[in-house]
Amino acid sequence: MLRFVLRRLLQVIPTLLLLSLLVFAWLRALPGGPASAFLGDRATPEAIAALNRQLGLDQPIFIQYGQFLGRILSGDFGASTITGQPVLAEIGRALPATVELSLAALLIAVLLGIPLGYLAASRRGGPLDVSTIMGTLVGVAVPVFFLGYLLKAFFAVQLRWFPPSGRQAVGIDATDVTGLAVLDGLLTREWDASWDALLHLVLPAVTLATIPLAVIVRITRASVLDVMGSDFVRTANSKGLAPGTVRGRHVLRNALLPVSTTIGLQVGLLLAGAVLTEKVFVWGGIGTLLADAITLKDYPRLQALLLLGALVYVLVNLLVDLSYAIIDPRVRLT
Amino acid sequence: MTGSKGAPLLQVRDLRVAFRRRGEPETVAVDGVSFDVAAGQVVGLVGESGCGKSVTSMAIMRLLPQRGVHITGSVKLDGEELLTLSDARMRERRGRDLSMVFQDPLSSLNPVIPIGLQITEVLRRHRGMDKEKAREAAVELLDRVGIPDPRRRITAYPHQLSGGMRQRVMIAIALACAPRLLIADEPTTALDVTIQAQILELLKEMVAETGAALIMITHDLGVVAGLCETVNVLYAGRIVERAQRHRLFGTPRHPYTHGLLRSIPRLDAPAGEALEAIPGSVVDNVPWTHACAFAPRCHRSVERCLEVTPAGETTGGRLLRCHNPVPASAE
Ligand SMILES: Nc1ncnc2c1ncn2[C@@H]1O[C@H](COP(=O)(O)OP(=O)(O)OP(=O)(O)O)[C@@H](O)[C@H]1O
Ligand code: SF4
Ligand SMILES: [Mg+2]
Repeated sequence: MLRFVLRRLLQVIPTLLLLSLLVFAWLRALPGGPASAFLGDRATPEAIAALNRQLGLDQPIFIQYGQFLGRILSGDFGASTITGQPVLAEIGRALPATVELSLAALLIAVLLGIPLGYLAASRRGGPLDVSTIMGTLVGVAVPVFFLGYLLKAFFAVQLRWFPPSGRQAVGIDATDVTGLAVLDGLLTREWDASWDALLHLVLPAVTLATIPLAVIVRITRASVLDVMGSDFVRTANSKGLAPGTVRGRHVLRNALLPVSTTIGLQVGLLLAGAVLTEKVFVWGGIGTLLADAITLKDYPRLQALLLLGALVYVLVNLLVDLSYAIIDPRVRLT
Repeated sequence: MTGSKGAPLLQVRDLRVAFRRRGEPETVAVDGVSFDVAAGQVVGLVGESGCGKSVTSMAIMRLLPQRGVHITGSVKLDGEELLTLSDARMRERRGRDLSMVFQDPLSSLNPVIPIGLQITEVLRRHRGMDKEKAREAAVELLDRVGIPDPRRRITAYPHQLSGGMRQRVMIAIALACAPRLLIADEPTTALDVTIQAQILELLKEMVAETGAALIMITHDLGVVAGLCETVNVLYAGRIVERAQRHRLFGTPRHPYTHGLLRSIPRLDAPAGEALEAIPGSVVDNVPWTHACAFAPRCHRSVERCLEVTPAGETTGGRLLRCHNPVPASAE
């Protein structure tokens, strides 16, 4: 198992290098080159020339790539052209909000999606199954924006069950530990801060969870049906095992393999969905940084966010592979 | 060992299995099959692909899906009707009183669970053994089915074993609770030729040792030859001939049985005698309702064969379903 982990970790390196190369090439391909991109539209030719020299753009291309890598590895992503602040610091401040939102959405999608997909499959063709399928069809089709505003209008504005936006109510003084507000409240025993953060989190998390939830339900259902028809489940039944044993030990475990792959793929979509969700609920995380960077052409920030996104995606899929190895001995032992 | 006096261990009467799909005509896979298995007896069920062998065995085990499948007739084990048994009671009997070995041992074993657990779970379920005891029993079972170094192998996963080893594990699972009846559905078909004989030998030994009755399902008469006392020949869901093995092999009366025997190579065949395959295939079958299903492929068919369904008639311990059987002196 340890060797498997180490091998997979080593395999991540070329992927990351390739992604960094893509980002590097993308910057080169921008009109006016990276210098004008970094400095913004109103930069003077002198400033561009100075930065070109400073960035080493008069050097051969592979040396430039080497320097680019060197800067990234030393954590130098430049300064935002919007705020003038170091990009990395900005990201560091915004990251916990997005991590909290994404984790909450993922938790909802997984903890609800797997049991629901499982139940639908085991009551195939029944009312629960049919309504679940209908629900997932709606779930993947409804735009995140629309759903977000709808939930907000109804549950926040109309019913006033939840706050309409932001992460914290006025007057709450929370201590920062991990940056994940709900967790921090629990860790510091500031229960009201935790509860307040949770209330703020519900609507955005539900909004963001909808699509992955629908996808996970469908994949789980299909996968469970597939496994229930397999030979080894027939064998399990031929042994006269209790239905619970057949389901838990023989069906579910095998059915989770494709589900874990799906979860990995969903994380990519989750990041995209987070941009929209954060906008609707004024969440102030990475999504907000990204949206502003795109509209205001803040290339240093964009570059850093792209690399960060790639890193997260690669790491998540590494986790998926590891979960595979835990569930499936054929992966682990070969 | 026997149940009520004189009654066979397994009594299958007029078993009929039909698959019904919405918007499609129903497929009758098993069409009124009756046979007995006495305690400790080895009975063969032979026929070519698609004739209903697996469906028969799955119906006996009650392993067919409940939706879209219509089963009628009677299956009695030790006098207890299985077809109407509650699911819970059937689960108690399955694996304990009757069990099954399937064709493909790789797909029939759970890929993500060590083989040890796949054996102990059946012991714990039916024998109420604790973990430790079940483990010891599993080691012993693996040893008995000829798996070397069983104490170490118990933690192995199916993909780490060879095909033959996997089928040995399947046999260990099926025989773990010393069932009265074992059904083996083409247990050697998926294996290398060299391994096939070993697995057959093991099955033979194990049923002799445990006193279990065995229904051996195969399309290979060669498999039957060394194993079964009584042989049922199945064609298109009906038994067309049944006899003691020696009589069936010596004087096959049904044209289909005759054709099957002519199509296997024999060591004692006169030099130069050609092997003959039965012409045509199952797709040529006509429905049993008003004819003999085998008629389009039969070299002895007469006019009557396409007009009247042949009835199964028993004479002198041989069941025969044919209007124009091969004369007893033909061989
Ligand atoms: N689930 C099902 N739905 C519809 N028809 C089925 C189903 N299962 C089996 N059948 C039909 O029942 C018939 C008998 O199938 P069965 O599997 O018993 O054949 P078999 O004798 O075991 O053949 P083989 O040697 O290939 O295993 C076949 O014609 C098959 O098409
Ligand atoms: S009944 Fe007729 S067609 Fe059928 S096997 Fe006998 S001779 Fe052939
Ligand atoms: Mg079969």
